Amino acid sequence: MIKVEHLSKHYGKLHAVDGISFEVNEGENLILLGTSGCGKTTTLKMLNRLIEPTSGKIFINGRNIVEQQPEELRRGIGYVLQDTGLFPHYTVAENIAIVPNLLKWDKKRIADRTFELVEKLNLSRSHLKLYPAQLSGGQQQRVGLARALVADPSVLLMDEPFGALDPVTRFNIRQEFKDLDELKRKTIIMVTHDVQEAFELGDRICLMDKGRIVQAGTPVELLFKPANDFVTGFLKEQRLLLEFKAVTLNDIWDLLPNIKTRSSKNAINCNCTVWETLKIITSQKENAVAATNPINKETKTITFTQLMSTFNQYQNSEAV
Amino acid sequence: MNEGQQSLFSFMRQEQDKLISQTLTHIGLTFISLIIAVAIGLPLGILIANKRKLSGTVLGIAGVFQTIPSIALLGFLIPVLGIGAKPAIFALLLYALLPIIRNTYTGIIEVNPAIKEAAKAMGMGYWQILFQVDIPLAMPVILAGIRTATVINVGVATLASLIAAGGLGEFIFGGISLNNTNMILAGAIPAALLAIIFDFLLSQVQHLNIKRVRDVTMALPVILLIFAGFYLIPSAYAGKLTAGFTPEFMGRRDGDLGLRDKYGLKIHTVVISDAVMYKAAYEKHLDVISGYSTDGRLKAYDLVVLQDDKGIFPPYYAAPIVSAEALKKFPQLESTLNMLSGHITDSIMTELNYRVDYLHQSPEKVAHDFLVDKGLFKPATEATGETVRIGSKIFGEQYILAEMYTMLIRGYTNYNVSTKTGLGGTKICFEALTNNQIDLYPEYTGTGLLVMLQADKSITDTLTDKDKVYNYVKQQFKTKYNIEWLKPIGFNNAYALMMRKKQANELNIQTISDLKRYLESK
Ligand SMILES: Nc1ncnc2c1ncn2[C@@H]1O[C@H](COP(=O)(O)OP(=O)(O)OP(=O)(O)O)[C@@H](O)[C@H]1O
Ligand SMILES: [Mg+2]
Repeated sequence: MIKVEHLSKHYGKLHAVDGISFEVNEGENLILLGTSGCGKTTTLKMLNRLIEPTSGKIFINGRNIVEQQPEELRRGIGYVLQDTGLFPHYTVAENIAIVPNLLKWDKKRIADRTFELVEKLNLSRSHLKLYPAQLSGGQQQRVGLARALVADPSVLLMDEPFGALDPVTRFNIRQEFKDLDELKRKTIIMVTHDVQEAFELGDRICLMDKGRIVQAGTPVELLFKPANDFVTGFLKEQRLLLEFKAVTLNDIWDLLPNIKTRSSKNAINCNCTVWETLKIITSQKENAVAATNPINKETKTITFTQLMSTFNQYQNSEAV
Repeated sequence: MNEGQQSLFSFMRQEQDKLISQTLTHIGLTFISLIIAVAIGLPLGILIANKRKLSGTVLGIAGVFQTIPSIALLGFLIPVLGIGAKPAIFALLLYALLPIIRNTYTGIIEVNPAIKEAAKAMGMGYWQILFQVDIPLAMPVILAGIRTATVINVGVATLASLIAAGGLGEFIFGGISLNNTNMILAGAIPAALLAIIFDFLLSQVQHLNIKRVRDVTMALPVILLIFAGFYLIPSAYAGKLTAGFTPEFMGRRDGDLGLRDKYGLKIHTVVISDAVMYKAAYEKHLDVISGYSTDGRLKAYDLVVLQDDKGIFPPYYAAPIVSAEALKKFPQLESTLNMLSGHITDSIMTELNYRVDYLHQSPEKVAHDFLVDKGLFKPATEATGETVRIGSKIFGEQYILAEMYTMLIRGYTNYNVSTKTGLGGTKICFEALTNNQIDLYPEYTGTGLLVMLQADKSITDTLTDKDKVYNYVKQQFKTKYNIEWLKPIGFNNAYALMMRKKQANELNIQTISDLKRYLESK
């Protein structure tokens, strides 16, 4: 659990971060989103004391971070950077072993944990002997993630972790990232200025501007209950796609026509977003898919046209 | 240049023992100073990489050290560190410092900040980051600095011989003052080879891959220490009294060899440059030195000449030597130069030297005053003719004579004059003359006889007085080199052993035989 109270960082007259407060619950994934220079990185670095705040308080798992040794604090927080920050003179295995060595783990424990992560992150053991320069950008990013996760910290800070990757690699890694069980239990704060990424990965999003938080909320809240014109403007360009990705079948369940279903065998889950459902429908011969609501066990058949019209209905009802 | 390649090898074989010990000393000097320079430069470089504000000052000071001329630096160091290994190592260390500090600094500040930040964010402390991130990543750049420093040191270490610390410079400077090309090459070639070999080895280290650099970083201190161990510190201080002789004196028959033969003098001896020798005697780092009887520094440093009671230092004339071609080209030159002849006696020359060496008057003023005093001075006429080029060696007497000749030629002829003063040693002056780089310079018949002509004992034994020597040298130079000896200037020049006046009095030493007796007494 992370709690931030009235946090500020001033560089002379520049208020890089200007009195922000927010909370991240355990296991939650919070995204700091905003334009370049709005103070995302500064905020993140104050959390592991790479930057000391001008004022304000930060509590991680209930403890004020200034009461802890910076080194000890940092060893308990995973940190992933845009350009990985892998040690070029260490092999992949040595890079992953940095924090365990600082924590004085024995060799066997380090090796076991390394192999475990290598498997989970779709790396191969043969990579372990290589140096970072011998890996592709995507592989480097995976190693960077492994290095941050190795000691199983409860908190993970990520600063544009996929920022340096090409769009295809980026998309794939993001998918893996979502499915990674290691991450489900963690409290994560991730910085990005990619709106798509924010909506795909974030449980909640903090939209920042000029050192302040403009709006904090779930993707759906940001889309359909924008706090002001800045929020609307920020999301405008990719609005449709974002909505498809933000809205789940659950959200529109009641609006969907109740069509009798042949079978609930291959039915999809209601947590699927509209975007995911559309993708499945278009890949099916009959242009339709069955979905089951786990709460009332109701199953509905959804066609492409029905889904689109229901979604339109939902948009109109939400955007008041 | 009558020594062929054959005789270079035979010289090296003949002097094999000296060559090996000088080479080892040279390597030792280079690496001892290098180790200390690394021990100081590395932490300093790290410090200024952390406190960037200091970097300008520290690099500036290290840069200034490098611009101090080596011989001047050695001179400054005598009062503090004496002679021998200590000042030599200290001077070398100062020269090696800049590349090491600068490269450490550059290497560390150029480490990718994202990597440092990652290290910090993972919970590494200051020292862990320094030793596991900064230094390993800066290592290729640091190694490049050490490589530069090594090559500089191999070169500068030749100067160690000027201050009695040994090394290959002994051959090089000995060869220069004794007109012995083989001797120069026997020192210069190994020195150059050392530079090339070390440069090559370190370049290999530098280009090893990252992984291996780590091993080498561990091995490097050991290797440096082994090389440094070659330096078996030559005992500059040992025995009752210590003598400091110039390389030329060491190799001349009327020098150290004569002292051993005729007097049987056994004294602990170091080889040292005459540029710092007098000062070293004055500062009590040397007790007995070899000098010239007319040298002004004798009086300046309160030294006394020991009587040559067995007559091994014959007096020789000083006279200008001129290439025959120049005499043809400048018809008035001979008569003009000869105007000085007979005007300068021993005591006058000593006095003039004293004014330059001790009272620090400029050679030009001293020469001018003297010529005016003798009624020889004439203001310079307008120079319309060609240029006469006058050379001189690096010491006061030669500067004064060169100035006098300049003024006489300007006053009495319409020739132009250019002076090339400060030609390092006998060989350099003489080579300049035979290679038509200068037209004349003042020389001494003894040097002509023993250094240039390298006359056999059978011949020197027949030359029983200074006029006979003069005539022999004049005739030989004419036929061998086409060089003319003009009329002797008047004063005599002879080698002399000198001691501090106070010490000589205390020990009751007046003659060289007294010195021998003192050394042999228990
Ligand atoms: N050390 C510093 N000194 C002065 N100003 C700084 C410093 N670090 C950051 N800033 C300023 O603070 C502001 C916020 O910087 P920050 O790095 O947090 O932005 P960001 O939101 O991460 O931007 P980006 O998306 O480009 O990474 C910027 O205007 C930046 O110029
Ligand atoms: Mg940033």
